[in-house]
Amino acid sequence: MSSPLLAVSGLTKRYRRGGKTIAAVDDVSFDIEPGETLALAGPSGSGKSTVARLLLRLIEPDAGRIEFEGGDFQALNGTALRARRARVQMVFQDPLAAFNPRASVARVLDDPLRIHGIAARSARPRRIAALLERVGLSADLAARAIHEISGGQRQRIAIARAIATNPSLIILDEAVSALDVSVRRQILQLLLDLQREQRIAYLFISHDLGVISAIAHRVVILDAGRVAESGNARAVIGTPQSAIGKALVAAAPRLNRTGTQGAADRQ
Amino acid sequence: MSPLRRFLCTPEAIAGAIILAALFAMALTAPLFFPGDPQAIAGPALLPPFQDWSLPLGTDRLGRDVLAALLHGARTSLAVGLAAAAAALAVGAVVGTLAGFAGGLVDEVLMRITDAFQTVPSFLLALAFVSVVGPSLGVVVAAIALGAWTGPARVARAEVLSIRERDFVAGARVIGMHPLEIAFREVLPNALPPVLALSSVIVAAAILTEAALSFLGLGDPNRVTWGGMIAEGRAVLRTAPFLSIIPGVALVLTVLGIYLAGEGVVETAAVRRSLS
Ligand SMILES: Nc1ncnc2c1ncn2[C@@H]1O[C@H](COP(=O)(O)OP(=O)(O)OP(=O)(O)O)[C@@H](O)[C@H]1O
Ligand SMILES: [Mg+2]
Repeated sequence: MSSPLLAVSGLTKRYRRGGKTIAAVDDVSFDIEPGETLALAGPSGSGKSTVARLLLRLIEPDAGRIEFEGGDFQALNGTALRARRARVQMVFQDPLAAFNPRASVARVLDDPLRIHGIAARSARPRRIAALLERVGLSADLAARAIHEISGGQRQRIAIARAIATNPSLIILDEAVSALDVSVRRQILQLLLDLQREQRIAYLFISHDLGVISAIAHRVVILDAGRVAESGNARAVIGTPQSAIGKALVAAAPRLNRTGTQGAADRQ
Repeated sequence: MSPLRRFLCTPEAIAGAIILAALFAMALTAPLFFPGDPQAIAGPALLPPFQDWSLPLGTDRLGRDVLAALLHGARTSLAVGLAAAAAALAVGAVVGTLAGFAGGLVDEVLMRITDAFQTVPSFLLALAFVSVVGPSLGVVVAAIALGAWTGPARVARAEVLSIRERDFVAGARVIGMHPLEIAFREVLPNALPPVLALSSVIVAAAILTEAALSFLGLGDPNRVTWGGMIAEGRAVLRTAPFLSIIPGVALVLTVLGIYLAGEGVVETAAVRRSLS
């Protein structure tokens, strides 16, 4: 078997709060294979977003190792790190907060193309139009301001921006939680299509086991910063072993009515 | 309602706008009505106002036209006030953004420098600077800006500290944007509104400082200034008080107008924000 796309081992992040330290992320390890969707589930405050921020080098861990595409991701700094960022992208929960409120759609998509030298200035408008089309939006949208489009459109723009640099991994932190059900289904379908075409791996963070069973191959359940259990998504959600897994399943009433076929079944 | 209509809703804003419009009209038309040197002798000395309609505001001790001086003085006041405020806001915004965004040692050093400038009274700073470098329009502008940038720097820093925690800044890092580009292209423009809200107070203070410097004889000697006119009139305060009163009233009205209009703009912006 080839080496995994992302290998995380012993990841730990502590915060000091009111004199005592709490571990937001405590000795977390997992792998992601190329083209695979790994879901990160867990109750609020279990450390899911902290894991995402650690993997993106937005914050630095207290311990642990992150291997990405066969290299030590933590060893990168400055220019080398910025160049490497093209390969791992992020989609945020609130698509309005995730963009500069003064930006236009065109600028949001132009930035990654410019920064990573993906297309010459003259070729970029065509690239932007192609990206918009790829996520199911009209190319006319490019001229709009970010606050002039709907939430669902904005999340598609966020996905377009994430795939602009041709990444091998996209981290999605509650990326569909703020969307209503019909839009959510369309966005999930878009993610599945992109994954099939471009072999992008996803780290899909969510507390919604219904969505997870629809999109993820494997799942890791966090509880208070530690891995409570992990494994095949269908197996874990079907027969959870840990107490927190059982609690999450019990709290997900519409589990079997999500409409999309489970990713674990498709394999 | 359009922003302009809303702006003109309060009587204070209307008064401010009228005064400012008159001031700009004076400044812009000065070379049209009085194309010659305003410091040239135009008639008999110490002619009181409203006596001779070719010299409506009279003449000073040397027989120079007071109205011509008043209009040309408006040019100087406005030019110095706007330029000094623009310089102070630009320097303050850049320093505050760097400090707030970089954090750590950079923040510490920049804020200690800001403290140092803030503890020296700004007028003394301007006085010292002009005395050492010599009076000219550019030096006066720099001297006033020197004491005025600390306020904008503090406001910008506070704003940047809250903006840099927002998701879109993390998003900019994720796409590999250079930190300087993030600071000045993503963060700074969003931190500007509260900084710009200071501009009316800074312009008004700059005009007063300029007048005070000129009053002490530290203004640009080649230009007519209101401060210089007041100082000139002081020698004959008993016999011809109008020579000090006319530029003094102009100064008070200008500062008042700028302040009122500035308040109006800030209020309009606040209303627009709460509406959206
Ligand atoms: N900057 C910080 N300073 C102190 N504590 C923090 C910080 N960031 C996160 N924490 C703490 O770390 C823990 C994990 O937070 P995290 O945001 O990763 O949770 P989460 O699983 O994403 O929760 P949610 O589902 O609500 O988004 C929480 O207890 C949180 O209070
Ligand atoms: Mg979270």
